[in-house]
Amino acid sequence: MADENGKSGGLKTAVAGLGDHLRNSQVWNSIFRPGSPMRADNQDSPRNRAYVVMNNVLYHLHPVKVKRHGVKVSYVLCLGGLSFFLFILLTITGIFLMFYYRPTSPQAYFDLQALATDVAFGQLVRNMHRWGAHLMVLTVFLHMTRVFYHGAYKPPREFNWVVGIILLLLTLLLSFTGYLLPWDQLALWAVTVGSNMAAYTPVFGEQVSFALIGGVQITADTLLRWYVLHVLFLPFIITIFMAVHFWRVRKDGGISGPL
Amino acid sequence: MAELPESLIKRAAQARAQADGRPYDVVLAEMKGEAPPEAAAPAAAPAAAAAPAAGGGPVRDLDAESSQFGVPRGLLERAMFARAKADGTPVPAMAGAGAPAAPAGGGGVAAPAAAPAAPAAPSGPPPGVRTQRLLTVVKANAIQGTTKEPTDKVNVWPHLLAIEFVALLAMLALLTLMSVFIDAPLLEFANFNEQPNPSKAPWYFLGLQELLAYFDPQVAGVIIPGFGLAALAFIPYIDRNPSVRPSDRKFAIAIFTVFVMAASVLTIFGSFFRGPGFNFTFPWRDGIFFDDLKTILE
Repeated sequence: MADENGKSGGLKTAVAGLGDHLRNSQVWNSIFRPGSPMRADNQDSPRNRAYVVMNNVLYHLHPVKVKRHGVKVSYVLCLGGLSFFLFILLTITGIFLMFYYRPTSPQAYFDLQALATDVAFGQLVRNMHRWGAHLMVLTVFLHMTRVFYHGAYKPPREFNWVVGIILLLLTLLLSFTGYLLPWDQLALWAVTVGSNMAAYTPVFGEQVSFALIGGVQITADTLLRWYVLHVLFLPFIITIFMAVHFWRVRKDGGISGPL
Repeated sequence: MAELPESLIKRAAQARAQADGRPYDVVLAEMKGEAPPEAAAPAAAPAAAAAPAAGGGPVRDLDAESSQFGVPRGLLERAMFARAKADGTPVPAMAGAGAPAAPAGGGGVAAPAAAPAAPAAPSGPPPGVRTQRLLTVVKANAIQGTTKEPTDKVNVWPHLLAIEFVALLAMLALLTLMSVFIDAPLLEFANFNEQPNPSKAPWYFLGLQELLAYFDPQVAGVIIPGFGLAALAFIPYIDRNPSVRPSDRKFAIAIFTVFVMAASVLTIFGSFFRGPGFNFTFPWRDGIFFDDLKTILE
């Protein structure tokens, strides 16, 4: 009994020692920059709290300090951040789906069927992509209403509101272009209804419709066109606008003032 | 020269008196440009009484002053020379056993303690001695003022990042659970010859499709959304009211709330209350004609 305890204790010490050794190694300290809580010698100090943000490429989106009322969950409800998080999730799940999808007719539909039966976690990832897209439309819209009710579009933040409206539009377009890709009855006819609306544009409605669906009616060519828009063109554009959006949040003085 | 407030002059005199080791009322009178009070003049330095000057000039025992006020002797000496130079008065003779022949800075201008009288006014302080004078003492909140109120701030790490991380996990959990239990819809293969009835746009466009039931397509499909979007984008340039307090912007809030409610009601109406032929229906009576979220609702 005592012998066993001694053995397991020795193992514990050995594992802990290994962890300490790792956290003190040159490799570890070269990965985690000064101030990181991952470092063995890290101590909680105002200076290190600042370093956590300044020395990390992701956290660097944030300032070192924010106004106290801004961290209240009831103030922003995290809606902007969640929209961004959903965008990242959609990018990751979308890349996964691209491995198993061909934007041609009828392969597109069969690929989606195969996703449910042949691909490990295929259906789960597709579900996440679909519901995540719906949620993102919702969070972006709610983020807009939150910003309005706080009057956070007032000077100097006017232009960032405009960028936000462009982001809302791009989110809708991203969702709409993705809608056609399953190439089933729901996709085909929802997109038909949607693009018919665009054809009502005064004066050059026919041209708008033609450019949008790549022909006088939806065909497999539309599928390819919308696929490229969905996986490359629109994400590229929205990323640029998001960068401007986040940058302007910082430049315009961070989170808006309390009511 | 601007008129200095009485209180500032008094405070400055107090400070200088303390720095020079001279009585306050003498310095004050001097600063005001008045004649010094009679009684104060001879007994200038507190320690001067110990050794009256042979030549009639004031004598200072710097050692005694140094121990009395806790000020290093070198500093007192330097102040004395500076004072003499600034006022154009002769340097007082120094009393006390420890008085050196010359001040720390060197140079032979200072009168040695043994000299019966102070020599002619020195031309300046010894080289290497800086002539600094305390002009006045300014309280931090009197003249200098900070214009910007310090704001109440907290560190992003850990206060904000921790909250964001929890929100992120909650969202991920919600999405994962939803995706485990509810499949995304996949209907039959796309068929150009068989239009489902009703055909509905994606749910976020159903508000617009609902408008199509009331207005001409050009109005409902293009003009209303086009102008709506433009109006939305131009809100900051239309609303010139600088206040962010809800009580100050009732009109703006009312208008925007009407917009949000209209969009929501139209979307819900188009989603659940429109059946075959996009005619009105009750979802609890005729069933739901909303393939978008069909799998969620079933």
